[in-house]
Amino acid sequence: MYPENFRYTKEHEWVRVEGDTGTVGITFHAQEELGDIVYVDLPKPGTHLEQGKSLGSVESVKAVSDVYSPVSGEVVEANPALAEAPEKLNEDPHGAAWLVKVKLANPAEVQNLMTAAAYQSYIGAEK
Amino acid sequence: MRYLPKSESERRQMLDACGVASPEELFAHLPEAVRLDRPLALDPGISEYEIVDYFRQRAAENANGYASFLGAGIYNHYRPVLVDTVVSRGEFLTSYTPYQAEIAQGTLTTIFEFQTMICQLTGMDVANASMYDGSTAVPEAAMMAVRATGKGRVLIAKSVHPEYREVLRTYAKHQGMPVEEFGYVAEAGTLDLEDLESKMDDLTGAVIIQSPNFFGIVEQVKAAAAIAHKRGALLVLLFTEAVSLGLLEPPADADIVAGELQSFAISPSYGGPYAGIIATKDKFIRQMPGRLVGQTTDSRGNRAFCLTLSTREQHIRREKATSNICTNQALIALMATVYMSVYGKQGLRELAEQNLSKAHYLAGKLAPRFSGKFFNEFVVKAEGKSPDEINKALLKKKIIGGLPLGRFYPELADCMLVCATEMSRRAEMDTFAESLKPAVPAEVLA
Amino acid sequence: MIQKVRSHLSPNEELLFERSSPGKKAYQLPELDVPAVDAAEALGAGNVRGEIEGFPEVSEVEAIRHFTRLSTWNYAIDYGMYPLGSCTMKYNPRINELVARTEALAWAHPYQPEALSQGCMKVMERLEAALAEITGMDAVTLQPAAGAHGELTGILLIRALLEKRGNPRKKILIPDSAHGTNPATAAIAGYAVENIKSSETGVLDVGALEHLVTSDVAALMVTNPNTLGVFENNIIHVAEILHKKGAMLYMDGANMNALVGIARPGDFGVDVLHLNLHKTFSTPHGGGGPGAGPVCVKKVLEPFLPAPRLKRSGQKLSWNYNRKNSIGRVKAFYGNFGVLVRALAYILAHGGPGLRNATMDAVLNAVYIRKQLEPYFDLPYQSPNMHEVVFSDDRQAKLGVRTGDIAKRLIDYGFHPYTVSFPLIVHGALMIEPTETEGKREIDLFCDAMISIAKEVEADPQMVKNAPYGTRTSRVDEVTAARKPVLRWKPA
Repeated sequence: MYPENFRYTKEHEWVRVEGDTGTVGITFHAQEELGDIVYVDLPKPGTHLEQGKSLGSVESVKAVSDVYSPVSGEVVEANPALAEAPEKLNEDPHGAAWLVKVKLANPAEVQNLMTAAAYQSYIGAEK
Repeated sequence: MRYLPKSESERRQMLDACGVASPEELFAHLPEAVRLDRPLALDPGISEYEIVDYFRQRAAENANGYASFLGAGIYNHYRPVLVDTVVSRGEFLTSYTPYQAEIAQGTLTTIFEFQTMICQLTGMDVANASMYDGSTAVPEAAMMAVRATGKGRVLIAKSVHPEYREVLRTYAKHQGMPVEEFGYVAEAGTLDLEDLESKMDDLTGAVIIQSPNFFGIVEQVKAAAAIAHKRGALLVLLFTEAVSLGLLEPPADADIVAGELQSFAISPSYGGPYAGIIATKDKFIRQMPGRLVGQTTDSRGNRAFCLTLSTREQHIRREKATSNICTNQALIALMATVYMSVYGKQGLRELAEQNLSKAHYLAGKLAPRFSGKFFNEFVVKAEGKSPDEINKALLKKKIIGGLPLGRFYPELADCMLVCATEMSRRAEMDTFAESLKPAVPAEVLA
Repeated sequence: MIQKVRSHLSPNEELLFERSSPGKKAYQLPELDVPAVDAAEALGAGNVRGEIEGFPEVSEVEAIRHFTRLSTWNYAIDYGMYPLGSCTMKYNPRINELVARTEALAWAHPYQPEALSQGCMKVMERLEAALAEITGMDAVTLQPAAGAHGELTGILLIRALLEKRGNPRKKILIPDSAHGTNPATAAIAGYAVENIKSSETGVLDVGALEHLVTSDVAALMVTNPNTLGVFENNIIHVAEILHKKGAMLYMDGANMNALVGIARPGDFGVDVLHLNLHKTFSTPHGGGGPGAGPVCVKKVLEPFLPAPRLKRSGQKLSWNYNRKNSIGRVKAFYGNFGVLVRALAYILAHGGPGLRNATMDAVLNAVYIRKQLEPYFDLPYQSPNMHEVVFSDDRQAKLGVRTGDIAKRLIDYGFHPYTVSFPLIVHGALMIEPTETEGKREIDLFCDAMISIAKEVEADPQMVKNAPYGTRTSRVDEVTAARKPVLRWKPA
């Protein structure tokens, strides 16, 4: 369920690092809690992100949730598929429904995020 | 008391079930220090007849049976009888906000029709289910433009309703939203486009104009829009006389339309309640404040309506909401909806044409102060006497004259703003015109 | 005595535009008694529109049938109880509708001469005095158009006073149980919001408050009783903490229906509050508005009230615009006068003793409901409740049924749902406020229905999750409505 090569945050975001690029998304657990997603608000390319600060939000019918960036850096691309089909975030949150690609300012900071195993016990404990 | 549906024995049964001997015991947990230890200093309750009589006496202290030439944002239009017939139905009058779609399809459907008709009239893509009124729609539209452009400065025309400009300033003061005004052309009464151009900059997010403006004059919306758009600002077009929408070209170049619907069967009622609207292009929809009704289907596949895009609103987004607005003006908007249905495509046009004709007849007997083209309102310069003196004399003939402009525009202190609608009678207009003529000196008559 | 709804004849009805036919008319204008003017000449050809495309054309008969049919698809207070917490859906007295339409009041133009508006001004003067007496405050403005509008006015008043004293400060404290308008309002007034958690008994945590009130805090916005229906019994102490630090106490008056004639905010330390005339004072909701949100203040805030203010000189009332410390206008003209008339009529009908009795019946009804439903629904806060009671769906959630489902099933029993999932501090909240205008029969029917549903949840949870069954439409697809918004009719 939770890919080994991702790192996870307490606010239920994930990041996959390849070289100096990080791909960011929200976890399966997050989309399950949110319910049917109707809209995704993402930052434009060039936006500067900081680890732990909001990069945008995800909306269901009755709720809005901020998405907090797991990494610092510059937005290279926002996922174009989500504007037309926000439901993809419910269908494939770890794959096709990534949120943004980020040029990492500080690749080392990923070390302080959770591994897949740690995240799984975290959400297990939350319940 | 006739609104409390409990007999004494029922009250007793319920008190027993609650385990208390008297209703006062239910408040025993309140700290002594907060409790009011005396009765309220209000008269005892009165009967229905006495209530009617109280308000009848108040009405007698008001103007009764006067003809009026006042406009200035609130207009005398006939209210078709169907309007009150419909809004007096308990299902509309006493129903709640349609959060539970299954049992509010009546309200939701009429709001959907309302949103549609506003779009048809204004040429915009989407309209909300009403703001409190036109005056508060202005700051809401300004805040919307600022959100959409990311630019905080607002330019507003002096020829926008003076009280609306005051409301904007109150809202803008604490949001880091500087507001500056630009003028009107002294001779024509239209926007001073040169002044606008000179005051425009790249920090401006919204340019707000009114058409017909406060002086009744039709503005060059296209030209104003071009100036705004060139520097990356949005054009907000405001109307206060909704009947003008029946005849005037929809403002396709505006990005946001804000307006007051009082003309559509809403009683003047000494200041409210009214209904404002905000309408806009599709691309700004998520910045729009206020309730929105959308079409959808139910689980059986039938067409149904529901409140939607609620995540813009305060009950979800709280401090990040597009506005703090909760109430809309559903019942008032329903009055407007019925009005628009009664007049319909042909009627609204014919009504607007009658307004145009009446006002131009009256203007033909006077000399409008401004050369600009006008709809059903215009400014007149008082000759020989002050506007207040003229109005005082008119009152003796049971006519309420135009609005003396000195209180809002010192440079126009010798002028009044005059409005004629389909309700203005020829004889009254003739009397009014007579009294505005300066008295002919005795030597000339001799 | 359990009753369920039964369907009745209610014809289908399309949208007005779908019923339209070219040339149909529901109006007739009188003949013009002046020469007709050519629009293109008078306005300029480029300024004249073409036809209003798609605008309806129906006859009077079709118009009345259209709206009448639509009206039958609505629930309303005239049909039955709305147990909506914090909405105070009480009976809308019909006499109020009659007097609001008194001709010389309904047709009064706000700019007509003051000498010919004394009747309107007297109505407003009388209402201001009554509301000041009811709330224990010194001055009242009737200008705000709704509760949230009143909130904004109130916070702006606080800001103006603090500014005059040298420092407007930076933040407003808001309980996590507050209505969403509170933080939204604070943001518009230029303040940051800091949330304050409630204690385990559901009231403000006074210890936490003492730490949070710094010289950066402008005010605390409190609702009393709070959104759990519980009276903030430390309110006097709360006011003292704030005042000692130069901060102010704002009260959201949404729950005044528990206090009228019993306790007055002005007596327990509140500096400024707003009232919702469409809640406590019976003015009709009309499907979502209009309302009115008068703001009542202590003397110290009076100079900052929106202009103009009513001024009496002997026999005459006038509007005083000479208010140099005023925060300015929050609305054009003077206020929602038509709503004010209705509220005054309500106050006149009840009188002092009547208002107090209404409050007592409101609280009696809510406590009675609590007692009846306690065995079946989880009650997260055990403190005494006033005019409303908040349960949680914890028990039912174990079987997969949430508060929203129970609410939908309640519709099949002939009731509008209670307030769902608010306040946020209760997980799966069921917020119930009957108001005083419900009799024992209606309340027993409501309790029987809730108990029956609780039993249905145990026996057949899936059935409850698919409710309602008795309505014209089944549950609507809110997700598609939000993903692909269709916000107006368009011709095929």
